[in-house]
Amino acid sequence: MIDVGMVSGIRDMIVAKDVHKWFDRLHVLRGVSLTVKSGEVVVMFGPSGSGKSTFIRTINRLEEHQRGTIIVDGIELSNDIRNIHAIRQEIGMVFQQFNLFPHLTVLQNITLAPMWVRRWSREQAEQAAMDLLRRVGIPEQAQKYPAQLSGGQQQRVAIARALAMQPKIMLFDEPTSALDPEMIKEVLDVMTQLAKSGMTMICVTHEMGFARAAANRMVFMDGGQLIEEGTPDQIFQNPQQDRTKLFLSQILH
Amino acid sequence: MTASADTLGPPPTSVGVIGWLRKNLFSTWYNTALTLVSLWLIYTVVGQLLVWTFTTARWEVITANLRLFMVGPFPPEQVWRVWIVLCIVSVLMGLSASVYGGTMRTFAVWLAAAFATLIVLDLIAEQARPFADFARRVAEGGASQFWLALPGMVWLLVNLALLALGWSIGRGRAQWRTALILAWLGSFFVTVALLQGYGKDTWLPEIGTNLWGGLLLTFMLSVVSIVVSFPLGVLLALGRRSKLPAIKIFCILYIELVRGVPLVTILYMTQIMLPLFLPGELRIDNVARAMAAFTLFTAAYMAENVRGGLQAIPTGQIEAAHAVGLNDAQTTLLIVLPQALRMVIPAIVGLFISLFKDTTLATIVALLELLGVGRSVLAQSEFLGLQTEVYVFVAAIFFVFSYAMSFASYRVEEALGVGKR
Repeated sequence: MIDVGMVSGIRDMIVAKDVHKWFDRLHVLRGVSLTVKSGEVVVMFGPSGSGKSTFIRTINRLEEHQRGTIIVDGIELSNDIRNIHAIRQEIGMVFQQFNLFPHLTVLQNITLAPMWVRRWSREQAEQAAMDLLRRVGIPEQAQKYPAQLSGGQQQRVAIARALAMQPKIMLFDEPTSALDPEMIKEVLDVMTQLAKSGMTMICVTHEMGFARAAANRMVFMDGGQLIEEGTPDQIFQNPQQDRTKLFLSQILH
Repeated sequence: MTASADTLGPPPTSVGVIGWLRKNLFSTWYNTALTLVSLWLIYTVVGQLLVWTFTTARWEVITANLRLFMVGPFPPEQVWRVWIVLCIVSVLMGLSASVYGGTMRTFAVWLAAAFATLIVLDLIAEQARPFADFARRVAEGGASQFWLALPGMVWLLVNLALLALGWSIGRGRAQWRTALILAWLGSFFVTVALLQGYGKDTWLPEIGTNLWGGLLLTFMLSVVSIVVSFPLGVLLALGRRSKLPAIKIFCILYIELVRGVPLVTILYMTQIMLPLFLPGELRIDNVARAMAAFTLFTAAYMAENVRGGLQAIPTGQIEAAHAVGLNDAQTTLLIVLPQALRMVIPAIVGLFISLFKDTTLATIVALLELLGVGRSVLAQSEFLGLQTEVYVFVAAIFFVFSYAMSFASYRVEEALGVGKR
């Protein structure tokens, strides 16, 4: 069973089918289905509480889904700890609150997982980490502790930390929401550059400039469901659903 | 041209010694009155204390019984073992001072100052008598008496020299840091083995722990309890948060049961009740039972302190660790525990300090630790009525070591930037 995508090198990286999730009795994901192909950049947006963060957190099992299937790069997410472990190694994640490890230097934050999970030598891990720090533009901060950096710098370290495991997929959970306005651009620049390099990405963000510049596809979520999806042009020029129109009119002042 | 705002100095009355005095001690009439009353009080109390210390007090109760205070009923001809232990500590201390610097250097300086003070005091009190005694004993008993009769002053000088030696060897060897921690841990086992000895007629005959006493016993009780209760407490704290109900319930039961019972009760139970339940041929000696009691008791409190630190770690840290692929064990060891433990350093050190002082409770189960020796000294007829001297001496020793722990904790907090990052 060879499909066209496999031949051209493009394959399905994430296949989510009818994903449901409850917090106690609260039904937060109501049958979300989404397929992301390799190299694709998907921007998810929608009002707060619409389930977009919860959805991307189910993809690397920070949240457990209770119905439906999620297949990441051919591995189905089940309760098998080995599956979860294998999938987490293929997915990098960037959080709204950065979540850097405050007791470790920038360099140690980045080298920790490659050394302990991938069993790289210290030299190899540090060399790779310095390459990544150069890529995100802050090699001179390697020996500092996270608290000594600005928010924008911390988030760029967080991106480098996620990339250090050489993931096939990157998830961004509102990466610029906790940043001061003047620092948003430096983070978005790194993300745009990453998108251009062919990384498969799902970004939960309301940065519509970034969506226009880097996204292949935009997904609007509300009330735990996918309401509408399309290319940025389709979404911005010609949204089909009333809820999408309303939400866009609210955030695009 | 007038001075611009950024070159204007503060008014002279608000800075310097006079400014400080005026602001803090003599700002109002009642503040001035309070200052004067306090000065008078300090003068009287401190004055009386100094007069007592240097004229009234009969310190010979301490000097005559110094060996008892230090090692208790430990056989005098075997006291060289304790000196060897002290030598090991001196070398390690010297090495640590130059390898780590900072707090360890301060401690090494204190230790050197203590050695020097003791040497000077010894010289004043004993003059050349110990050396004459030493010469006589070696002349009578031959070479076999050499090590046994060596005067304390020589040992003190050797210790001072070893401290300096360790310091000079360790200079510029930051790469020994890890090895040195292992050496300290190793020295603990060497100490126990050396003090305990083995067999009957060997070069190192066994000395039962019932013969350990004085400051030596206080140290051994505290160090063993601290070293063992720390990992035990961490495990209990982690167990209390475990997802496995059996482990969780066991840990909660243990912690709550132990915390609900006074330490004295636990001491009595391990001393008196434990032998009743154990089969007759299985005998655990008194000291080991007391160590077990202190360890088990402290572990429960340690667990609660550590739990406080664990709870303060944001879930985002655990999620981030999982997201980069660390498993549960790695997340706990590399991310959660290092942050949780440094948050509770003050509480943990406080616990160790109270454990150190609580070892005096071992007197009630007939162990001759420092306070117990003090009481037995007071029972000698020639030293009747010298309670003040003995208790002041014992209190001073406890204060010095408790303060050292507290000081170290403060410096470690500073170095790790607790509360700053």
